[in-house]
Amino acid sequence: MSTSTAETAGASDRAGAARRSGTFYRGDPGMWSWVLHRITGVLTFFFLFVHVLDTALVRVSPNAYDEVIETYKTPFVNLLEVALVGAVLYHALNGIRVILVDFWAKGTQYQKVMLWSLIGVWVIVMVPGTYFMLERTVSELFGGGN
Amino acid sequence: MTAVAENAHDTSQIPAPEGSVTITVKILRFNPELDTEPHWESYDVPALPTDRVLNLLFNIKNYVDGTLAFRRSCAHGICGSDAMQINGINRLACKVLVKDLLAKDGKRTTVTVAPIKGLPTMKDLYVDMEPFFEAYRAVKPYLIAYGNEPTRERIQSQADRERFDDTTKCILCAACTSSCPVYWADGSYFGPAAIVNAHRFIFDSRDEGSEERLDILNDAEGVWRCRTTFNCTDACPRGIQVTKAIQEVKRALLFKRV
Repeated sequence: MSTSTAETAGASDRAGAARRSGTFYRGDPGMWSWVLHRITGVLTFFFLFVHVLDTALVRVSPNAYDEVIETYKTPFVNLLEVALVGAVLYHALNGIRVILVDFWAKGTQYQKVMLWSLIGVWVIVMVPGTYFMLERTVSELFGGGN
Repeated sequence: MTAVAENAHDTSQIPAPEGSVTITVKILRFNPELDTEPHWESYDVPALPTDRVLNLLFNIKNYVDGTLAFRRSCAHGICGSDAMQINGINRLACKVLVKDLLAKDGKRTTVTVAPIKGLPTMKDLYVDMEPFFEAYRAVKPYLIAYGNEPTRERIQSQADRERFDDTTKCILCAACTSSCPVYWADGSYFGPAAIVNAHRFIFDSRDEGSEERLDILNDAEGVWRCRTTFNCTDACPRGIQVTKAIQEVKRALLFKRV
């Protein structure tokens, strides 16, 4: 039974065999940095896509442009702005790490050190950054109207 | 097949030496003649802290279910036969000790064992290594030298030998290649192991085939598919700096410097 199936199929494509996927792989931190790099890259691309469209509206009519920009002045979009800064900052810092891994002879040796330090820099920038970006929204929403 | 409760296996026949603790071994099992999909089965087995995961598998095979299929040869971390995914990462079953897997605070320990990813599973923990060796053969992993053979040995300085020392350690266990997300997604990528073995000859001062091998690895499915996720470096049971070797091959291609 197994011999007949082996004859009809190629060496790497035998009966019942499947290239297995699906189980969770608890990979190196380097793998998760790569996953996050892709996600932040795609998010940034979507932002740029929308950004090109809304800026191009100015050529349609300045009024239409103003109307669209007006819809951005909401607490929810403010949160999206914080997320955008976070995504771009991570993508930029990890991009530098990947460049160093590619072109610096000792880059592979220090990849984890570089990863933890870029996360450190990210937190140091994002904590005050988030404060100043959300300050106005929060005070307008909850500040009791000064 | 009838649905059997996961812990229905009678593991009482497994000898439990003094000092052993009962741990649960969850194995992703697959029998191509009965199953369409792999499924998890649990075995409660006694284990000594000094046992290796391979001992647990053998106890299950010898005392509980003789149909459990896995590969091993030397069982001492030399031959590279028993690479498998243990607790979510690729390791040799003969090199992982139970004491390093025990749960803290005396909680019940569960060890999950699955076949390595990206290669076709033939049965249980046993995979078809042929695609892996195909990629290995494709990089010409042997000395290429032209001209007259020297009358004595091919002399090499210690510094020149040191240049590729790290990549001579490979035992072709496939732990690195099957830990690579790029290889999971696309099996036509050469994979880390093939590049490591190309590196071993590319940077060998006695070898004259570097150009050929670099040409092969410059292919669309070659070295440029590497995304430096470092899973391979983490998985290598011999401690080879796999990603470093791949990056050196990339730089050799970029700067024409070997």
